[in-house]
Amino acid sequence: MEILDEKELKAKKRTKYILIAVSVIFIVFLLVLPLISIVVNSLKKGLDFYFSALSTEYVLSSLGVTLLATVIAVIVNTIFGVIAAWLLTKFTFRGQHVLSTLIDIPFSISPVIAGLAFIMTFGSLGWASGIIDSINNALGTNIRIVFAIPGVVLATIFVTFPFVSREIVPVLNSVGRDEEEAAALMGAKGFTIFRRVTFPHIKWALLYGVILCTARALGEFGAVSALSKTRGKTFTLPLEIDALYMSGSADSITAAFAASSLLVVIALIVLVLRNILEFGVLNKKKKKGKDR
Amino acid sequence: MKKRKKILGLTLAATLAAASFAGCSNSGNNSSSGSSTANTGNDGGKVTITNVSYDPTRELYQKYDELFEKYYKEKHGSEVEVVQSHGGSGKQARSVIEGSDADVVTLALEHDITLIEQAGLINSGWINEFDLDSSPYTSTIVFLVRKGNPKQIKDWDDLIRDGIEIINPDPKSSGGACWNFLASWKYALDKNGNDEDKAKEFVTKLYANVTVMDSGARGATTTFVENGQGDVLVAWENEAINSVAEYPDEYEIVTPSISILAQPSVAIVDANADKNGTQEVAKEYLEYLYTEDAQKIIGENGYRPTNEEILKSFSDKFDLNVTLCKIDDFGGWDAAYEKFFDDGAIFDEIYGN
Amino acid sequence: MALKRRAKQVRVIPGFRLTLGITIALLSLLILIPLASVLVYSFQLSPAEFWKLITAKNVLTAFGTSIVCSVIAALINAVFGLILAWVLVKYDFPGKRILDGLIELPFALPTAVAGITLSKMYSNTGFPGSFFSSIGIDVSYTHIGIVLALIFIGIPFTVRAVQPVLEKIDDQYEEAAYILGSSRTRTFWKVIFPELFPALLTGFGLALARGIGEYGSVIYISGNSAKNGTQVVSYVIMQKLERMDYASATAIALVLLIISFALLFVINIIQIRRAKRISLR
Repeated sequence: MEILDEKELKAKKRTKYILIAVSVIFIVFLLVLPLISIVVNSLKKGLDFYFSALSTEYVLSSLGVTLLATVIAVIVNTIFGVIAAWLLTKFTFRGQHVLSTLIDIPFSISPVIAGLAFIMTFGSLGWASGIIDSINNALGTNIRIVFAIPGVVLATIFVTFPFVSREIVPVLNSVGRDEEEAAALMGAKGFTIFRRVTFPHIKWALLYGVILCTARALGEFGAVSALSKTRGKTFTLPLEIDALYMSGSADSITAAFAASSLLVVIALIVLVLRNILEFGVLNKKKKKGKDR
Repeated sequence: MKKRKKILGLTLAATLAAASFAGCSNSGNNSSSGSSTANTGNDGGKVTITNVSYDPTRELYQKYDELFEKYYKEKHGSEVEVVQSHGGSGKQARSVIEGSDADVVTLALEHDITLIEQAGLINSGWINEFDLDSSPYTSTIVFLVRKGNPKQIKDWDDLIRDGIEIINPDPKSSGGACWNFLASWKYALDKNGNDEDKAKEFVTKLYANVTVMDSGARGATTTFVENGQGDVLVAWENEAINSVAEYPDEYEIVTPSISILAQPSVAIVDANADKNGTQEVAKEYLEYLYTEDAQKIIGENGYRPTNEEILKSFSDKFDLNVTLCKIDDFGGWDAAYEKFFDDGAIFDEIYGN
Repeated sequence: MALKRRAKQVRVIPGFRLTLGITIALLSLLILIPLASVLVYSFQLSPAEFWKLITAKNVLTAFGTSIVCSVIAALINAVFGLILAWVLVKYDFPGKRILDGLIELPFALPTAVAGITLSKMYSNTGFPGSFFSSIGIDVSYTHIGIVLALIFIGIPFTVRAVQPVLEKIDDQYEEAAYILGSSRTRTFWKVIFPELFPALLTGFGLALARGIGEYGSVIYISGNSAKNGTQVVSYVIMQKLERMDYASATAIALVLLIISFALLFVINIIQIRRAKRISLR
C-alpha cells in the first residue's frame, strides 16, 4: 500500500465518506422513514393490542398460506433459475435473446393481468376447467386451482419467476465459459462441472436471487388478490393486511400496520439467516483485505 | 449417447413440471377438503354458505352473520356457517363470474348482479325474488367535512366555489363513485330547470375542483381522513358515519338537499346454490335481512333500514329530510352507464379524458 | 461449414438439451400458456376497435406516464443502485449490515402498504412531504409521487444485480491499473465500469419493466387524475376490468407487454453481446 501517497489517500477517503453519506440519506428517506412510520402506526394502541392483532385466526392462517406459497415459489424458481442461467450463459443458440426476454416477462406484466391469466386458464371461463372437472370426476376428488391455494401458489411463482436466473446471469456472463470448457474437455461430467466450477462463482448471486424471490413472494398482492377471495382460508398476509385496512376502523387500520410489521420481521429473519451464512463462509475463507 | 441425453432431458423436464403441479394439486387437496365443507353445503349437519359482498359491509355482515347463525340454530337445530368475502363491488362480481363459489351475493350495485345474471349464474327475475327490489337496506351520498365546517359547505353548489378542494373517487374505476356523479348531476338538473348543458357546466366545475381522484371509495376516505387532503369528501353515508364514529372530534357530516337513493342489492347465485344444495339456506339468509332484529343491526352499522319504523328510530343518525332521487330517474343502470360513464360519454367529456 | 463447426465448439459444455428442455417446459407451463390464455381475449376486438382503443387519449397518456416515469425511476435507481452496491462491497463502516439488509424490504412490503405509507409521508401534511411542499414541490398526487413509488419498488433490482458482479471483480485488477499510472476515476470508468455495465443494465431493465406494469404502490400516491395525466397503464386496465371489459383490458395489457418485451429484448441483446466480448477477450 505504500504506493498511495497521502493526497491520494485523502481523496479516497473523501470519496468514501461522500458515497456512504449519499447511500445513507437515500436509504433513510426512501426505506427507513416508511419503515418507522409503519412501526409507529402499528404500536399506536400499545403492545397488548399489537400482539392480539397478530394472533387472530385470520392473521395466523394467512401467515401459513404466505409461507407455504413462498417456500414453493422459492424452490421452483431456484431450480428453474439455475438451469435457465446455465442455459443462457454457457451456450450460444438461435433464439437465445428471445428466450432470455421471455423469462423476464413476468416482471413487466401488470399483476392484475397475471392473476387473470390463471383465471382464464383454470377458472370456469378458462379452457382447462373442463380438464380439471373431468379429472375430478374420474378420481372423485375436488381439486380447485383458482380461488384456492394452488392458484395462490401459481400466482406467486409467476411474479417471482425470473428473480433467481436474473441474478445469476450477469455473474456467469462476466465469468465467461473458459473454465467450464476446460473442465469439460478434461472429461468432467455436467453436474460435477456445475458443482466444482460454476457454483463457487454464483453462490452469492444465487443467495441474492433467493432472497429477492423470498421477499417478493412474501409481499405479492395484486396477482394473488385476483385468485384468492376467502379470508381465513386462502388469504395471504398481504391480502389480510388489505382486508384489515379496508375495514376502515381505527383499530383495524392499526392491526393492518401490525400485520405489515410482521412481514418486515420475516424479511429481517431472512436477512439474519443470510448474514449467518455469509459470516460462516467469510470465516472459512482467508480474510481478504477490504476497505483499501 | 446423444439420443439418450435428449430423452433424459425431456423426462426430467416432464417430471419436474409434473412434480411442481403435483405439489400444487396436493395442497389443493388439502385446501379443498377444508373448503369442500365451505362449499358443498351439508356436511355432518353443518351447512356452510359463502356470501360475496363488497368492502364497506364488513362490519355489518360480521354482526349479521352471528345473528343469523344463532337464529338458524334455534329454528332448525342444526348449525350454519357463513363465510364472507369482501372487495370492490365490481371485482367481487367478476370473481363470481370467473368461478369463485358464492352462494349469495350482496353487492353495491344492481348492475353488478345483472352482470352475474348475464353470465348465466343467477336466474332472471332475481330482482323480484325478495322485497323492495331485493334491496333490504339503502344508503345515500353525503359530504364529510372537517370539524366546524371551516369552508361552510352546505350543499352541492358550495362544491363548485373557487378554492374548494374535493376528494371524490373515479367513476370510471369504481362503480360506487358513479352514485356521487349522478347525485350532483340530479342536483344541477333540478336547479337549472332540467337544462342538460347547464348541468354539464356544473359538474365540469365540480370535477375541476377534485384534487385527488382515488380508485375507490375506501381509498378516497383514506386520502381525506388519514392523509388530510381536501376540504370535503363526497362519500357514502355509511362510510361517512363510520369515519365520524372513529374520529369523533375531527369530522362532521353534511347532507345535501338532493342526493341519490343507493340500493345495494342481494341475490342467490342459483347455479352455485343448486350445485351446493344451499338454495334453502341462502333464501332464508337473505330473507332474514328484512326482519326487525336484522334491520336494527343494519341501522347501527350506518345503512338506512328499509323498515320505516326502524328507520325513524335512527332519525338522529340519518337526515330524513333529504330528497332522494332513484336510479330509475336516469332510466336504470344500463342507460346511466351508456349516457354518463362509457368511453367517450359525458364523464369523459367533462373530465377531459 | 465454419459456422457449424463453431457452434459445435461452443457446446463443449454438457447439458444443453437438458437445460433447454427444462427451461422451455417450465416457462411454457407456468408463464406462457396462462398468459396466452388471457391475451387471446384481446382478439375479440376488431383491428379498428383495437386501434381506436389504443389511441384513445387517456390510454395514450397513461402509456406515456407509465413509460416516462419508469424510465426516470429506473435511471435514478441505476445511479443509486451503483453507489449503494459500491458502498456495500468496497467499504466497511458501522451499520453496513443493516443498510445491506434494508435493500430487500420494498419487496417484502405489500405494494399497497408501501403506496399508502409513501402517499401519507409525502403528502403536504406528512413528513417529509410538508417540507417539500413548503419549498414548492408537491410529491404525492403528482408525477413526482409516481416516480418516487417506482424508485421504491425498483431499488432492490439494481443494487442486487450489481453487487455480486462487483464482489467478483478482483481488487488486484484496479490496483494494477492504478499502479500502471491510471488515475482512480479513469480506472473506474475504463476498467471497472465496463465490467459492471451488463449487470447495471440488467438491473435497469428489471426496474424499468417492473415499473411499467406496477399498480399497487402507485395508485395511492398518483391521484389517478386523467386531467393531470397521472393515471398509469395498470390503472386504465383496472378501469376496463371494472366494466367487465376483458377485451379492452387485455388489449391494453398486450400492447404494454409488447412495449416491455421490446425494451427488455434490446437490453438483453446488449447484455449478451457484451458478455461475448468479455469471454472472447
